[in-house]
Amino acid sequence: MPRPSKRKAAPSAVVDLSATPAPKKSRTKQTNKADRLFDKYANKSIDSIDPAGIELLCSDLRVPHTDIKILMLAWTMRSEKQGYFSKDEWRRGLKCLGVDTLPKLKKAVIGLDKEVMKSGCFEDFYKFAFQYCLMEAKQRSVDIETICELLNIVLGPQFPTQVNLLMEYLKTQSDYRAINLDQWGSFYRFFREVRFSDLKSYDSSQAWPVVLDSFVDWLRERK
Amino acid sequence: MGKEIIKLEQGWKQLQEGITKLTNILEGLPNEKPFTSEEYVKQYTKIYNMCTQRQPYNYSKELYEKYRETIQEYINSTVLPSLRARYDEFLLRELVKRWSNHKVMTRWLSGFFHYLDHYYTTNGSVPNLNDVALTCFRDLVFKKESSRVTDTIISLIHKERDGEQIDQSLLKNAIHIYIEIGVYEEAFEVHMLGDTSSYYRRKAASWIEVDSCPSYMLKAEESLKRERNRAGEAGYLHRGTLRKLVERVQQELLVTHATQLLGKEDSGCGVLLRADNVEDLSRMYRLYHEIYEGLQLVANVFKKQVIGEGTTLVQQAEEACNSQAANKSSGQEQAIIVGKFIELHDRYMGYVKRFFMNNNVLRKALKEAFEVLCNKSVTGISSSELVSTFCDNILKKGGGSEKLSDEAIDEILEKVVYLLVYHRDKDLFAEFYRKRFSRRLLYDRSANEDHEKNFLGKLKHQFGANYTSKMEGMMADLAISKDYQRSFEEYLHENPLLKPGIDLSVSVLTIGFWPTCRSCSMKLPSEMVKCVEVFNEYYSSKTKQRKLSWVGRCLAFFKGRHHSSKTKPKKLSWVFSLGTCNIYGNFQEKTVELVVSTYQAATLLLFNNSERLSFSEIMTQLDLDHEDLVRILHSLSCAKYKILSKEPNTKTITQNDIFEFNSRFTDPMGKIKIPLPPIDDRRKVVEDVDKDRKYAIDAATMRIMKSRKVLGHQQLVLECIEMLSSRTFKPNPRVIKIRIDNLISQDYLERDPDDSNTYRYLP
Repeated sequence: MPRPSKRKAAPSAVVDLSATPAPKKSRTKQTNKADRLFDKYANKSIDSIDPAGIELLCSDLRVPHTDIKILMLAWTMRSEKQGYFSKDEWRRGLKCLGVDTLPKLKKAVIGLDKEVMKSGCFEDFYKFAFQYCLMEAKQRSVDIETICELLNIVLGPQFPTQVNLLMEYLKTQSDYRAINLDQWGSFYRFFREVRFSDLKSYDSSQAWPVVLDSFVDWLRERK
Repeated sequence: MGKEIIKLEQGWKQLQEGITKLTNILEGLPNEKPFTSEEYVKQYTKIYNMCTQRQPYNYSKELYEKYRETIQEYINSTVLPSLRARYDEFLLRELVKRWSNHKVMTRWLSGFFHYLDHYYTTNGSVPNLNDVALTCFRDLVFKKESSRVTDTIISLIHKERDGEQIDQSLLKNAIHIYIEIGVYEEAFEVHMLGDTSSYYRRKAASWIEVDSCPSYMLKAEESLKRERNRAGEAGYLHRGTLRKLVERVQQELLVTHATQLLGKEDSGCGVLLRADNVEDLSRMYRLYHEIYEGLQLVANVFKKQVIGEGTTLVQQAEEACNSQAANKSSGQEQAIIVGKFIELHDRYMGYVKRFFMNNNVLRKALKEAFEVLCNKSVTGISSSELVSTFCDNILKKGGGSEKLSDEAIDEILEKVVYLLVYHRDKDLFAEFYRKRFSRRLLYDRSANEDHEKNFLGKLKHQFGANYTSKMEGMMADLAISKDYQRSFEEYLHENPLLKPGIDLSVSVLTIGFWPTCRSCSMKLPSEMVKCVEVFNEYYSSKTKQRKLSWVGRCLAFFKGRHHSSKTKPKKLSWVFSLGTCNIYGNFQEKTVELVVSTYQAATLLLFNNSERLSFSEIMTQLDLDHEDLVRILHSLSCAKYKILSKEPNTKTITQNDIFEFNSRFTDPMGKIKIPLPPIDDRRKVVEDVDKDRKYAIDAATMRIMKSRKVLGHQQLVLECIEMLSSRTFKPNPRVIKIRIDNLISQDYLERDPDDSNTYRYLP
């Protein structure tokens, strides 16, 4: 019997990616600017930016909304609901980036992926990406299809071949219909630590989740 | 009166005379008489004086050198040439003689020069006179001649090994020189040992091809005895060599060729064991027991032997099965092998006790061999199932237990438990056993309750109370059920109007203890419905607040926990599959009592109301599964007793068949049993066990993590395997991993954030 699921983990300390901290006097001014930017995209009836608004934002930023940078933007906001940005979240995110206008936001977002890698927060973002996909309150795992898409977005840029192979495997196998957070975490570690050209460094007697054991078996057979 | 100063050359000339006399005596020249005391004293005093004179006439150093030179000169001029001129035994003799002389010379000379030992050698950290003499002999004679001497000695030893007589005391004396000089090990022993090894290597190589195991062992024993003598009390080798010598011989003769020797087809270990050859087997034990890790070599052959014999038994069983027309899938034929394994085990255990002093190394080999054998399947039927069939055959009515005495039964059951310890899948055995046990209990096929209890007791003792708790529950249930039945009969007696018209007996049981069985719902024929209602009333009157719900007949399962509180209503659910019915068939010729299952009875009762019924009509009226109905109708119309006649009269049941009561049926017996063959539930048992195993692994994992809090992956897997193997089954590490993953996803465990190979317990 599964345990009652805990609430989604509280966000870890927000990383401030802005170069200079805003001086106190102009903070209210900044917030207002950010608010006005918010209003531009928000749906007034729910006081949040809805999916339509996000699409508009993305086109203004000249970034496709399936791009990893948008996901990272959501991460800076600690956004809880996929497809929606609340006002608080918006403020949080923009403050974290140290921006308040559209051009500044555009610039920040373009360079966001490099910033995240540089600041060493990728792993935190990586976990967030998974949790962002959990729709229901008690949901603990994400279905395979979504996982594959997520893998593509989040790890595709860094490990293109590996991600393709893993996606192929996940789609063809039938043991798992969903992936949980622990398994998700292990994928990134796996890509970092195991060389695909020579799978000998993978030791299945270690604590890798079984889904990866099966993946390695599948890879070995293919060779 | 002052002393005269003796000058060196002068004094030495006089001393020389004495020395020459000494050497002459040593050489055995006839005219020399031994020294008188006076002569001796004269020599001594001269030297004394020369060493105590005032400087620069103190000749201690020079005399010391002269002493040495004297010895060296004598050796070089006389001793060495004499040795060089001789060979073989004569060399040895000469050496012994020369050494003896040397010692005499040393004694006399050092006597003369004794004063030097008082002061000169003690002060000056130069070797004393004896040591000087020894060193001279060693360096001049021994270093040059020792290899010849060693070779001579070794070749003499060879001769003796080959059976010739040699002069042992000569050897002893010669070897003793090595010891005295202090070069025994490096100048002699190491060569001798090396030679011994090659000698026995050659012997072994030639014997192993030709000799039988017993005669080879005999030769080995002889050789060891002789070698021991060589280095023993009366031997000529140094005592310290004994152990090394014996090891070499053992290595070459017994260790190198162990596998080949003991494994000889016609005369090796296996043959000797079967032939009960006490003498040779004791020898084998003796010889190998004293070799370090020697018995392991025997154990290896032993283990192979046991596995070989056991595997042959399995093959024979399979062949016997395949050749007979008998039903292979029931496992009856195959179960015979369990008895054979017990015999095999007894026999080999006997060997270990009788011939090998119950040695642990051999016991272990036997255990390992049986761990291999006891997990083999026969014609695809698992060993766990076979053992359960074997037990069933003993414990059921008409089975083994009625032909054997109580002690014999006890013994055999004891041995079965012993054999079970070797099985990997003990939980699978428990399931199969439980299934057969339930049939024995419910169909009253158990021969003797005490034997059943006895066996459960033994299982409990070996594998723990958990292992047998359900089975014990089953027996308890029946006892209670009998009470219910008795009071039900009283109840009917007191209320005759309630009698349903059919004699009814019900077993009320606890569902948790009994193996799950397929129960399908069935529409009861009206005759039976009344029975159910009557029992219902009886039961509710007896158990006041409890509510009953009926599904079947003749067997009731008590749902809910056995010891639940009295306030909760309990439900009775009824199961058909294990009931029996006695029905009277009124055929034309005579009435025959038919003993059938409830399903069959219900089917037959339909024909009280209709002459002919089609398959689909029967199915509708009874509300049964297609497969089940096929089985039932087959047993009634296509098997040995044709109670129903079928159109068309084929051997199989199809949907379009029509059935009719066969009034022409008859049988000489008044009462016949029409069996309904049980469905093959083998796969289901395995599935159930697999499911239970997952929970067992979960429980074990959590128990371990709860006490350890933090643990590495491999360690956790190991401990889990250890915890489960002895009592239930040996888990597959892969499965354990899957369960761990599962526990993580349910937040019972987490992966350590710093070390992905470690888990933490989450309270």
